[in-house]
Amino acid sequence: MKKQPAIGVETLHMTMRFGNFTALDDVSINITPGSFHALLGENGAGKSTLVKCMMGFYQPTEGQMMVQGHEVSIPDPKAAHAHGLGMVYQHFTLVPSLTAAENLVIAREDAPHRIDWKKERKALDAFMATMPFNVPLDQPVNRLAAGEKQKLELLKQLYLGRHFLILDEPTSVLTPDEATELLGMVRDLTQSGALTCLMITHKFREVTAFADEVSILRRGKHVGGGKVSDLTTDEMAALMIGDKSFARKADRSGVRGDCVLSVQNAVAPDRSGLKSIQIDDLKVAAGEVVGIAGISGNGQMELLETLTGQRPLQSGTVTVKSEPFHATRSEARNQKVRYVPEEPLHNANAPKMSVLNNLMFRNFDNKADGFGLWLNKRKMASRAADLVDAFNVKMASLESPIASLSGGNVQRATLARELSDEVDLLIISNPCFGLDFSAVADIRARIMAARNSGAAVLLISEDLDEILELSDRVLVMSEGRISYETPIETADIGVIGGHMAGHA
Amino acid sequence: MSESDIGLWAVPIAMLGGAIRVSTPFIFVSLGECITERSGRINLGLEGTLVFGAMSGYAIAYETSSAWLGVLGAAFFGALFGLFHGWICKLPKVNDIAIGIALMLLGMGLAFFFGKPYIQPVAPDLPALSFGFWSDVPQVQAALQVNVLFILGLVLAVAIAWMFKSTKIGLTIRVVGDSSDAARALGISANKVRLFSTAAGGALAGVGGAYLSLYYPGSWNEGISSGQGLMAVALVIFARWNPINCIWAALLFGAAGALGPALQSVGVSSGYYLFYAAPYVLTLLLLIATSSTTRALNGAPGELSISK
Repeated sequence: MKKQPAIGVETLHMTMRFGNFTALDDVSINITPGSFHALLGENGAGKSTLVKCMMGFYQPTEGQMMVQGHEVSIPDPKAAHAHGLGMVYQHFTLVPSLTAAENLVIAREDAPHRIDWKKERKALDAFMATMPFNVPLDQPVNRLAAGEKQKLELLKQLYLGRHFLILDEPTSVLTPDEATELLGMVRDLTQSGALTCLMITHKFREVTAFADEVSILRRGKHVGGGKVSDLTTDEMAALMIGDKSFARKADRSGVRGDCVLSVQNAVAPDRSGLKSIQIDDLKVAAGEVVGIAGISGNGQMELLETLTGQRPLQSGTVTVKSEPFHATRSEARNQKVRYVPEEPLHNANAPKMSVLNNLMFRNFDNKADGFGLWLNKRKMASRAADLVDAFNVKMASLESPIASLSGGNVQRATLARELSDEVDLLIISNPCFGLDFSAVADIRARIMAARNSGAAVLLISEDLDEILELSDRVLVMSEGRISYETPIETADIGVIGGHMAGHA
Repeated sequence: MSESDIGLWAVPIAMLGGAIRVSTPFIFVSLGECITERSGRINLGLEGTLVFGAMSGYAIAYETSSAWLGVLGAAFFGALFGLFHGWICKLPKVNDIAIGIALMLLGMGLAFFFGKPYIQPVAPDLPALSFGFWSDVPQVQAALQVNVLFILGLVLAVAIAWMFKSTKIGLTIRVVGDSSDAARALGISANKVRLFSTAAGGALAGVGGAYLSLYYPGSWNEGISSGQGLMAVALVIFARWNPINCIWAALLFGAAGALGPALQSVGVSSGYYLFYAAPYVLTLLLLIATSSTTRALNGAPGELSISK
């Protein structure tokens, strides 16, 4: 890495309006050179808008940008890069079919016209040797798991030698150890004066443990901030949330019932087709949450796909309430199995169809439910309106495309649909990935409520905190197998972490 | 036994010769389409480009008495068609497949209109190299008459494969084809890259057309193409967007296409038309055999309107 001094960036009275809507309102933030600055705020508070203005994706309606004390204009991201500003996005910007090495090289401004791979590989290997973690360079990016992609995104910015880095929730896909390692490395870089970092986050732990300064946005306004050492977590939370009440985490109640889901000796090929996953014995009983922890890419996605019928089993059986289960629509309906896969916008919804239609996917043709051959628009609308109210989904109208909703509201809408009827088995994967504070609390409370009313819940999550908060039993998946199991009472983070890392 | 009587050996030899002869336009069109599709667009108009290339190549070769100038002219007009396609497609709410079909019909119509006066005259042929000098068997000698364009196609395939892997231009095309968002983040103008990729694809399709009218079958008429431009699109998918695979796919197609005439030449005449369908049946069977429900379609550019 080049040891150039870190860059200081300042926004002055930045305002951004989209039509009548003011996304950013007179925000002035000073990020001093070599600092690790956290940007806190709920979804929709204007954090993304602010950094997009800084990176040149949007032109602010009013206000200026200062880099190193000089006013600059940033008409496009290229100009931002030229000033040494870089960003790791929440949505991956890697090119899926290119290998990691190709992604790194093509991202360089000075990428040579003819690429001498031998030379480039040598340089890349030397660069990787200075990094605290590794990513396989010869794999196409679409074969990498989410966690590895996030690491590669970060590596890319460092490889490009950027001196002011915006990180958009960088640790949401990392294990606690990886997150600590990654942020520790970023902090070391800031302290050595090589880098200034602005991190968007929801996690207070990361702010207090790593950041020097913090700025808090609420509804587009800069409502406070300062040195992290001068603020308590409660003060920061109060500034971030304002006066609003949360859905409280439901208490555990009810008794564990009979076994609902049983997976026996199941073998299925994994995504690459080279390895396989093998689940010898997985049981989930009514009224319990079984959490499957694991670093992404250890077969959780494949497990979910075998349960949802998207991936055929080579051998073994999946039964629900002692009946064989192949995840057909009628089986799912009769045996009351519901799913919330990760990234529900794309995996559980039709993004461009209306919220109304998406909410009614489970029911619109269900005779038992009073629907017939023809779509009953009026009944669908009243049903959907009830669900929206019950689950507190915020949107412009029931007719707006579900893709226009924020992540938290898409997840609420998906849960509303999946939990609308009686549910005996709920299979859920990374339900809170990328959601803000209050949405997370809300979603988790819904899951607990389903458990307490007698549903068997299989929770696959890369967020260990989530697993520990919700589960009655914790399983760890590593290299396609379930390598560890413990009741929550005896769960130990160190032991679980060891099994997640594959050495214990 | 006379020297030319080689019995059933005539079939594989004729198929080899046919593979080389028939495959050349497939090679050029599929390589062109490969570049275009890797940039994230489908140009179905290549059939029209091919026919117009055949006509313009023939006309220019006739007027200038130089087959090579004809090839260059065909490439030029092909590039124009490609630019036109690329330019329309960058307008908002335009579908590349619909435009492709419109351009296919336009290209053929224009070719028939301008080509009327050139149906009678005879233009110079493209040269061929004889690789069959070591054999006394006339069938072998005939089969190994290899046109220069075929060799050029092989070289081009290797060059394009290298370009995709080891040049900035190649990587840029792949970035644009795989993710517009990523391209934007890198500051690459996706439309510009696609415009030039479509132009390059059109130029190659034009050359493929010139081969048809200037070498095999070697004359200009309205029925000169038997759908090579469209089949090449399927070929590219079958070749998994890999230029080297395009060669094998084109050769396989050529060989299968030569099966009918070859069998006829040794006296098998029943089911004659069925054998002409061999390439299409073969494609279907191979695509089914190599498909998988659990593995992703490897190599498909993410921005392609069929894979989105």
